[in-house]
Amino acid sequence: MSAVATAAPDRAQHQRRDFAIAGVLMLALIAAAPFFVYPFFVMEMLCVALFACAFNLLIGYVGLLSFGHAMFFGMASYVSAHAAKVWELDPLPAILCGVAVAAAMGLVAGALAIRSTGIYFAMITVALSQMVYFFCVEAPFTHGEDGIQSVPQGRVLGLFDISNTTNLYIFVAVIFVLGFLFVYRTINSPFGEILKAIRENQPRAISLGYRVPLYKLAAFVLSAGLAGLAGATKALVVQNASLSDVGFQMSGEVVLMTLLGGMGTLYGPVVGAVVVVSMQNYLAQYGEWVTVIQGAVFVACVLLFRRGIVGEIAHWAGLSL
Amino acid sequence: MYLVAISAQQLYGQLLIGLINGSFYALLSLGLAVIFGMLNVVNFAHGAFYMVGAFTAYFLLQYAGANYWLALVLSPLIVGLLGALTERLFIRRIASLDHLYGLLLTFGLALVIQGLFQNEFGSSGKPYPSPKELAGVYNVGFMFLPKYRAWVIVCSFFVCMATWFAIEKTRLGAYLRAATENPALVRAFGINVPLMITATYGFGVALAALAGVLAAPIYQVRPGMGADIIAVVFAVVVIGGMGSILGSILTGFALGVIEGLTKVFYPEISNTVVFVIMAIVLIIRPSGLFGRVI
Repeated sequence: MSAVATAAPDRAQHQRRDFAIAGVLMLALIAAAPFFVYPFFVMEMLCVALFACAFNLLIGYVGLLSFGHAMFFGMASYVSAHAAKVWELDPLPAILCGVAVAAAMGLVAGALAIRSTGIYFAMITVALSQMVYFFCVEAPFTHGEDGIQSVPQGRVLGLFDISNTTNLYIFVAVIFVLGFLFVYRTINSPFGEILKAIRENQPRAISLGYRVPLYKLAAFVLSAGLAGLAGATKALVVQNASLSDVGFQMSGEVVLMTLLGGMGTLYGPVVGAVVVVSMQNYLAQYGEWVTVIQGAVFVACVLLFRRGIVGEIAHWAGLSL
Repeated sequence: MYLVAISAQQLYGQLLIGLINGSFYALLSLGLAVIFGMLNVVNFAHGAFYMVGAFTAYFLLQYAGANYWLALVLSPLIVGLLGALTERLFIRRIASLDHLYGLLLTFGLALVIQGLFQNEFGSSGKPYPSPKELAGVYNVGFMFLPKYRAWVIVCSFFVCMATWFAIEKTRLGAYLRAATENPALVRAFGINVPLMITATYGFGVALAALAGVLAAPIYQVRPGMGADIIAVVFAVVVIGGMGSILGSILTGFALGVIEGLTKVFYPEISNTVVFVIMAIVLIIRPSGLFGRVI
C-alpha cells in the first residue's frame, strides 16, 4: 500500500526490487523445472510464454488488442523451419530469418491496423491473420496440412549441438530470458513511458507533440518480431511447423494467457502461459472440454478478475510485478 | 465454343454461390452492426449463434418432427431468447467497461458454445434436408436455378430490407437510434432502454440463427461452421464500416459476389480476396466504405 504514496524515485526502486525478486524466483524455477517435468514440455511452455509476453507488450502497454498474433508466431515458425531444413542454416540464422519475416509482416499489418483503435483494430487483426492462415494453407513451402516436419536442429554458432536435450534447454532458456529482459527494458525506457502515455490518453499524447502512429507502429513491429522469435524457436524445439501455430485458435490462446495472467504486468503472461499450456496438456484426454474450459476461463476473467492472477497478487500485496 | 459455354455456366454457377454466401454475410454482418450500434459490443459469439441456429433446426426436425418452415420461425425465436438471456446474464455486467472486454467476453462464450457442440457432435456434419416445396430447379434460360437457393437469396434480401426499414423508418427504430446516441436522455423520457438493449441483442442473434437455418440445407450442420465464417464476416464489417445498416447489407452481398467471381477467374486467392479487399479499403478509407469515424 505504501508503494502508492511514496515518492517517485523510491517507487522506481521498489519496482526494480520486486522485479528482481520475482526474476530470481523465475530463473530458479526454469533451472529446476527439467528435473521434475518433461523438458520438452517446459521448453514449449517457455516459447509460448515469450509469445504471450510479446502480445502483452501491445495490449498491456499500448492498449491495442491484437486478435491475430498467431500470424507472426506461426509464420516465423514456418520460416525458421524452412530455413533450417531446406536452406540448411544454423539455428541462430534460421531463427533470425523467422524474426525478420515476422517483423516485416508486423510492419505491413501494423501500418494497416494502427490507424484504427479498440475493437476495430481487433477485427482487422482477426481478418489479417485469417488471410495469413489461408496463405499458409495454399503456399507450397508450408506443405499444407502436413506442415514442415523433422526440422534439423544443428549446432548453435557451430559449437553447441542442440539436438542434445540439455543444450537445447539452455538455448531456449537463454532466448526466453533475453526476450523477457528485452520486454522489461522496452517498457521501462522513455519509449515505453510514451507508449503508456498513449494508452492512458492518446489525444493528450498527440497534443504534446508525440507522433503517436509512429510509436504505435514501432511497438507493433517489436511485438511482432518478438512473437516471431518465440515461434521460430518453437519450430526448432518441436522440430516441426504446422498450421495449428498460425491458426485462429492460437491467437485466441495467447489472448487468454495474457488475460488470465494479468494484462500489463511483466510476469502475468508467463504465469498465464504456464497455466494454459498445462491445462491443455493435462486435460488433453478430455477432448473438446479443453475448449469449453478455456472459454469459461475467459468469461470468468472478464467478469470476475480483470487484473489477472499476477495483477491480483500485485494489487493485494502492493508489489509491482 | 464449348469452352465458352462451360465457362459461362461456371460463371453463373459461381455468381449464384457468391450471392448465397453474400446472403449469409449480409445477414450476419447486419446482426453485428445492429448489436454494435446499440451495445458497442463486437459480438464474437455471432458465428456460434449462427451455428446454434442451424443445430436448433436440426434438433427440431430430429426430436419434434418440426419441418423446415416451422424451424425457420422457431429457431431464430429460440436462439434469440438465448441471446437475450446471454445479454442479461453476462454482457450487461461489463457494459460500463472498455469495449474490448465485450469482445473478450463474447469470444469466451463462443468457445464454450462451440466446444460443447463439438463434444457432442464431433466435427463432422449432419445433413439437413431442404424443404420439399423448394425441391427442383427453375429454368431461367441461361442456367438452372435450384429453387431453394433462389429462396435463400430472396428471403435474406427481404429480411435485411425489413430490418433496415424497421430501424430507419419506424418509431421503434427512432427510439433505438436515439438510445444509441444518448441512452441517458432516452431513459429520462421514460423509455426502457435496458430492455431495448436486451431485445436488440436478442434480435441480432436471431438474425444469425436465421442465417444458420437458411444455411443448414446447403452446407451441412457442423459445430465449426460459425468459426469458419466469423473472420470473413468481420472483414465484411470492416469493409462496410461500423454503424451503417444499409452499408453492411450492401457490402455483404457485394463481397459474396466478388468472392464467387474470384473462384472463376483466379481461384487461388478466392479464400483471401475478401481480406485483400479489406486491406485496400483500409488504406483508402480507414473507417470503411460507409462507416463513420470511430
